[in-house]
Amino acid sequence: MSKHQEGPAYAHVVPVRTLLGVFGALMFLTVLTYAVTYVDLGALNIWVALGIALVKGTLVALVFMHLLWDKKFYAVVLVSALLCVMIFIGIALLDSGQYQADLIPGFAPAITP
Amino acid sequence: MSTAHEGRDEHADPHLQHHFGSMAQQYDSGKFGMWLFLVTEVLLFGGLFCAYAVYRANHPEIFAYAHQFLDKTLGGLNTLVLIVSSLTMAMAVRCAQLGQQRRLKQMLAATLLCACVFLGVKGVEYEHKWKHGLLWGTRYAPQGETAAPAAAGTQVETTAAAAAAPADGGTTLPHAATGPEGLADRPQAGHGDAAHGGHGPAGPAPRNVHLFFGIYFVMTGLHGIHVLAGMIAIVWLLRRSASGEFGPGYFAPVDFVGLYWHLVDLIWIFLFPLLYLIH
Repeated sequence: MSKHQEGPAYAHVVPVRTLLGVFGALMFLTVLTYAVTYVDLGALNIWVALGIALVKGTLVALVFMHLLWDKKFYAVVLVSALLCVMIFIGIALLDSGQYQADLIPGFAPAITP
Repeated sequence: MSTAHEGRDEHADPHLQHHFGSMAQQYDSGKFGMWLFLVTEVLLFGGLFCAYAVYRANHPEIFAYAHQFLDKTLGGLNTLVLIVSSLTMAMAVRCAQLGQQRRLKQMLAATLLCACVFLGVKGVEYEHKWKHGLLWGTRYAPQGETAAPAAAGTQVETTAAAAAAPADGGTTLPHAATGPEGLADRPQAGHGDAAHGGHGPAGPAPRNVHLFFGIYFVMTGLHGIHVLAGMIAIVWLLRRSASGEFGPGYFAPVDFVGLYWHLVDLIWIFLFPLLYLIH
């Protein structure tokens, strides 16, 4: 198989080394996520796990999904979707802060004493 | 075959639809379309993540208690499997772009295989929950595996019971630590009575544990359906690539199914820590 096969005229071909490098990073980060659960950081644990997930997601989006080399517009599309979701969840959480936890006694033991 | 059209009259390319001016424009339109679809998928799962966030914020005790029924090793394995499948899918796109026909089929087949492994592990996990009544809503009826535990019913196994030999007909499914066996010791499963029920690592069983499993099954189930749909799309690609249809002149379908598949992987990357790695 020739090394310099002609690729498409209008699209970028990702080098194998890049793909494998990102793959390695993703595997490592997954193992890291798993390993961190054995370290007790209290309330921080979930945020560390989500932070690592964010890094993994960024790697997948940029390299595997090709956003790094594509038109910036597609990245804008994805980021705007994520922003919408964050606004959605954010406001829902704000709203649920009005939750009457003690309306039915004993119903939410972790919140109401 | 398609390289013969490159640089010459693109409109002779049978893959160029009449309403597009060039292959590049067609490719860009298709990619934009797929990204828009991915946006709808992000919002679909976003709604479910919202449900998760609200319920976890308001009932952390349910999540702290119920997550121990999930085997995080299996979940981690599934994560690794999906990441491998993402790699093989990205390699398949590359092969299509370079016209490497045989390797393209191999990569597509490898992706399919990974997806099968993922669903298989999911099946194992679901079966375990079904057997122990760890289901959604009114179907939540937890049952232990052993009828007569060593302790006299007031003491609950608090150490990791994962190594305990299964007593129910030779299953080798891993037990979640102090999961169903712990519940079997409780006089009233599901009622958080601290006086009698003994205690697991997260305290007595809180009320409404079924909420967790409702969220768990809907989110992982919907994700599993998406994996299945992706598998169908990959089979479709395999059939199309059998005739060597894809190459540097035309590889868009592989590219776009790849985008979908990476999103499925992305969603699982976030599902895994949120469901399996709760402390």
